[in-house]
Amino acid sequence: MPTEVLMPALSPTMEKGNLAKWLKKEGDPVKSGDVIAEIETDKATMEVEAVDEGTLGKILVPEGTNDVAVNTPIAMILAEGEDAAALKDGKKAPSKQSQAEQPASQQKGADSAPPAEKPEPAKKAQTPAPAKTGTAKPPSADITPEPEVPEGTELVPMTMREALRDAMAEEMRRDPDVFVMGEEVAEYQGAYKVTQGLLDEFGAQRVIDTPITEHGFAGVGIGAALAGLKPIVEFMTFNFAMQAMDQLINSAAKTQYMSGGQVRVAIVFRGPNGPASRVAAQHSQDYSAWYSHIPGLKVIAPSNAADAKGLLKAAIRDPNPVMFLENEILYGHSSPVPKLDDYVLPIGRARIVRPGKDVTIVAWSMGMTYALKAADELAKENIEAEVIDLRTLKPMDSDTIVESVKKTGRLVTVEEGWKQSGVGAEIAARVMEDAFDYLDAPVTRVCGKDVPMPYAANLEKLALPSVAEVVEAAKAVSYR
Amino acid sequence: MAVAQTKQSAHTAQGLLPSADLAANQTSPSEFSKEQELQALRQMLLIRRFEEKAGQMYGMGLIGGFCHLYIGQEAVVVGMKLAMRDSDQMITGYRDHGHMLACGMDPKGVMAELTGRRGGYSRGKGGSMHMFSLEKKFYGGHGIVGAQVPLGTGLAFANKYRGTNDVCLTYFGDGAANQGQVYESFNMAELWKLPVVYVIENNRYAMGTSVERSSAQPDFSKRGSSFNIPGSQVDGMDVRAVKAAADQAVAWCRTGKGPIILEMMTYRYRGHSMSDPAKYRSKEEVDKVRTEHDPIEQVRRRLLDKKWASEDDLKKIDAAVRTLVNEASEFATHDAEPDPAELYTDVYH
Repeated sequence: MPTEVLMPALSPTMEKGNLAKWLKKEGDPVKSGDVIAEIETDKATMEVEAVDEGTLGKILVPEGTNDVAVNTPIAMILAEGEDAAALKDGKKAPSKQSQAEQPASQQKGADSAPPAEKPEPAKKAQTPAPAKTGTAKPPSADITPEPEVPEGTELVPMTMREALRDAMAEEMRRDPDVFVMGEEVAEYQGAYKVTQGLLDEFGAQRVIDTPITEHGFAGVGIGAALAGLKPIVEFMTFNFAMQAMDQLINSAAKTQYMSGGQVRVAIVFRGPNGPASRVAAQHSQDYSAWYSHIPGLKVIAPSNAADAKGLLKAAIRDPNPVMFLENEILYGHSSPVPKLDDYVLPIGRARIVRPGKDVTIVAWSMGMTYALKAADELAKENIEAEVIDLRTLKPMDSDTIVESVKKTGRLVTVEEGWKQSGVGAEIAARVMEDAFDYLDAPVTRVCGKDVPMPYAANLEKLALPSVAEVVEAAKAVSYR
Repeated sequence: MAVAQTKQSAHTAQGLLPSADLAANQTSPSEFSKEQELQALRQMLLIRRFEEKAGQMYGMGLIGGFCHLYIGQEAVVVGMKLAMRDSDQMITGYRDHGHMLACGMDPKGVMAELTGRRGGYSRGKGGSMHMFSLEKKFYGGHGIVGAQVPLGTGLAFANKYRGTNDVCLTYFGDGAANQGQVYESFNMAELWKLPVVYVIENNRYAMGTSVERSSAQPDFSKRGSSFNIPGSQVDGMDVRAVKAAADQAVAWCRTGKGPIILEMMTYRYRGHSMSDPAKYRSKEEVDKVRTEHDPIEQVRRRLLDKKWASEDDLKKIDAAVRTLVNEASEFATHDAEPDPAELYTDVYH
C-alpha cells in the first residue's frame, strides 16, 4: 500500500500553505527523514521530511502550487516491490493508517480536530479542510466599514495581517518620526509576518530587530518617545509584555501626568493578545482587562481588517501611549477594507455591527466571532440580537452600549479573558449605573473560565467561551 | 556575614578615593581656571543649600512623601554638566534635585514641586521624584529603581535616529546597577552604538545595603565589560576629575563609539531618604568623608590657596546662594496648591 505524504501544518492555526519546491523527483529513492519538499506560508518556511522508506512514486501537487490545504496528499511513497500502478488506490483522502504514519506535527493537527458538530472558531483553524472551502472564515455578519466612507468607495478584501502592515507602512511614509522595533520585525519579516516588507521599504534605520529583552526595549521605545519620536513597539505576543509591565505602566502611562502635561509619550505597543491555540497557560491569555485598568493608556482591540487598519493609523498618530491588542487567530481572516488614501477611524467609538431589538451582545476582537455566530443562531429562534463591537476598550464607548440596552433591556458581554475584574464586569457596572431602570434581566457575562489555560484540546475548548454559551446566555436574559 | 566582611572594599572610608588601582586608570584631574572653580562652587553650593533647606522644610511638614537629598554628591552632577552642551540630555532616578539645579532649572519651580504647589515644574502632580524640563533637556526624575536606564538609552536612540550628535547622560546608583533592565540596555546601547554615558553614582549604599553586601562585582566600571562597553572609576568628590572624565566620555559618544560607563565614587551624607536614620554606617565614616573629601570644601580650599578668592568673597557667594534658596522656599511655601480641577487634566491629550 503506497504511503501518502500529506501537506503538514506549521502551526496549530495554519490552514493552508504553498508548496514551494520539490527536492526529490518522481522515482527517487527516499528514506525516513529525507527532506523531500519545502512548504511555506506567509509566516514561515518548513521542510517536509519523508516518513517512510521507499521510492517517491508520484508527486500529486506540483511545486509552485499556492494555498494547499493542510492534510491534502501531496505525494505518494512506494514501498519496496510496489509500483506506480498501486497509486490508483492512493489518490483518495488519507486513510487512518496513512495518517498514523505522518510526522508528529501532522498528527497533532489531525488528532486535535474537534468533533464535527459546530467547531469553535479557535479550533476551526485546525480542522483539516480543503483550501477553497476553508472553514475558518471571518465573522459572518456584515463587516462593512464605517458609514462615513464615501458612497461608491471600492472595498478590497484583505487579511487583518495585511491591513496592519499597510497601516504601519502608510504612517511611516507620512511621518519620518514613526519607526518599528521589536523581536524579529525586520529580517525575519515579523514572527507573525505582520511587518512583512517593511524592512525592504524603510530600511534597518526604521525597522529594528531587538534582542529578546522586552523590559529593556519597551523602555528604550518609551525613551525615544520622550524625545518626540513615534515608536511602534511590537511584542511578539502580549504574554511577553509582562516582562515590560513596569515600563508600560510606570513610564509610558504616567509620565504625562507626572510632568504636569509637559512630556508626551506618543507610542504604540502592538502584537497578538488573547488565547492562541494549544500553547497552554503562559502563552495563551487575554490582557484586555489588565491594560484597560490603567489611566493614561488607550486600549484598542479590533476584530476585522478595516478596523485594524483605521484604528492602528489612529493609534500611531495619537499623542498618548496606546496598547493595540491584536489576535493571532484573526491575523489570517479576510474582510473588506475601503480603498482610501487615508482611512483613519476614531479611537473610542464602538460600532453596531448587527442591529437587533431583543438583546444586546457586546464583544471585541476574537469575542466578535462568538457573538456574531451566536446572533445567527439566535435569529433562527426569532431572537434579534444587537451585536456591538467595542473596538476600543479604553476610553470605552459607554453611550453606544447604554443606548442599545435602553432599546433591548438585555445585555450579554463576551470576552476570552477571565471573569473576575474583567472588561465585562466593567461594562456590567456601567450599564447598572447608567441604564438600571431599562434592564429587564441581570447583565450576563460569557468569559474565559477562571483557570490558567489548559493544554489538552478538550479542556482548552472548555476554558474558552463558546457560541453555545453566548446563545444560552442571550436566551436566559430573554427568559426564553 | 563572613563573606561580606572578608571582601576588600574598593570604597572604604580609608580607601574611598582614589585607590592606587583607581589612580592608574583614571584621568588625572586637570586644573580648573578661576572662573571654572567659581562656577563649580556656586553650582555645588546651590545644590547643598537647596537640599539643606528641603530637609528643613520636610521637617516642618511642608514637603511630603519621599525626599532623597543629594548632599555630598554635588561634584558629580556639576562636573558632568560642565562637559555637556545645551542640546545634550540628562535623565536620572529619584535623587534628582541636584540634577535639575545643575541643568539650570529654576530653584523656585523645583522647590514648589517638592511642596506640591501649582508653580512646581509638574504643577504639583509629580513631587520630588518626578520632574521634567524639556526646555533644559532634563527628562526626569524617575521613581522606579533602574527604570530610567532603558529610557535614557531610548533618548540616545532618538539622537542617533535623528543624527543630532547629542549625548544622553543617564544617571543611576549602585543599587540600580544590579537591576536586570540595566543590562538589557547595555546590550542594546553597544549593539546599536548609542550615544549614552552611563553615570553610576556609587554612593556606597543602596538604601541601607552596602555595595559589599549587595554586589558580586563591586567595581561597577566593569559592569559593561561583557558587552564591550568601556568604563572607568572616577573620584566623584573632585569636580575637576569628574569634568575631565566627562569630557572624555562625551567625546567618545559624540564620535560614534557607542556607550561608556563612568563610575563615580561618591558619598551621600544624609540617609537614603528623610525617614532613614542611617544606622547602617558609623558616624565616624560619615565624618571622615565630610572632613577629608567634601567636594565643596575642596574647591573653597583651592580658591583660597591660589588667592583667587578671599574668605569674604566666598561668604558673599554663600550669601547670594542662600538668598536664591530662601526665595525658592518662600515661593514654595506660599504658592497655591493646584486647582482641584487639575485632578483630571494632563492624563490624556
